[in-house]
Amino acid sequence: MITCKDFLSELNEYLDEECRDEVRKELEEHLDECPNCWVICNTTQKTIEIYRGMDPVPIPVGVHDRLLDALRKKTETAPPA
Amino acid sequence: MIQGVGQTEFDEAALVAQAQRGGVEAFTELVNRYERNIFRLARHITQNPEDAEDVLQETFLKAYEHLVDFQGNSKFYTWLVRIAVNQSLMKLRKRKTDASVSLDEPFDTGEENLTREIAVWDPNPELIYSREEIRSILEKAVQSLPPTFRAVFALRDIEELSTEETAAVLDLSIPAVKSRLLRARLRLREKLTRYFKRKGEDVFDYM
Repeated sequence: MITCKDFLSELNEYLDEECRDEVRKELEEHLDECPNCWVICNTTQKTIEIYRGMDPVPIPVGVHDRLLDALRKKTETAPPA
Repeated sequence: MIQGVGQTEFDEAALVAQAQRGGVEAFTELVNRYERNIFRLARHITQNPEDAEDVLQETFLKAYEHLVDFQGNSKFYTWLVRIAVNQSLMKLRKRKTDASVSLDEPFDTGEENLTREIAVWDPNPELIYSREEIRSILEKAVQSLPPTFRAVFALRDIEELSTEETAAVLDLSIPAVKSRLLRARLRLREKLTRYFKRKGEDVFDYM
């Protein structure tokens, strides 16, 4: 029998689908019986998904322009060796 | 999501090769492709927009300077990320002259309670909050993490590097990356639950 603490320590491997089949089975048995771990597992997965779904916003125009200016200065004076 | 990766890895290799032969346009194309990710990563690690802008410039200038050293053993993007992380950490150390910042710093592995808030989430948080509000909730939550967790989380779950790549970039062992990632994920879950939990189930909080 695995405990909630055991479950928590395997949570990453479980969510990243990196655990062995027999471990996965044990974890899933625990999930069926433990509503708290089920909620933690479910909301941790949602946490990962919501961050992964976040596209980077365009960088401010000034930042982009200054970057290109700095590069232009560099490429004019020193082409790559 | 990283634009272009997967879809056009060959395309990336060709661009890098062109840039290595002195193709400024090809290099500019690489800048356009990755500047958003690099700027976001720098902001996550330094937590300061001015530092992040410096890091962005330094990263691409250094990359240009050392382009011939890039052997193609890793993805170009991972190589850029490594430069950006190093520059960001230098900024952090410079700012915190008490030298309190190290990604190796030990952290309390003890009885920190990581799972106090247990509530299911509303199935559609996007109906409660605008995109901008959600973005700001997510950003604030990440910024509240200690630097050791923040860097690991930003690389693994925001920039989507593998555990091995994250370990290499941060110079950490794989078990260290894994344990930090777990703690980061659980802390963020906890914070986000306060915003995203299904309403109606928290009525007992008042009793």
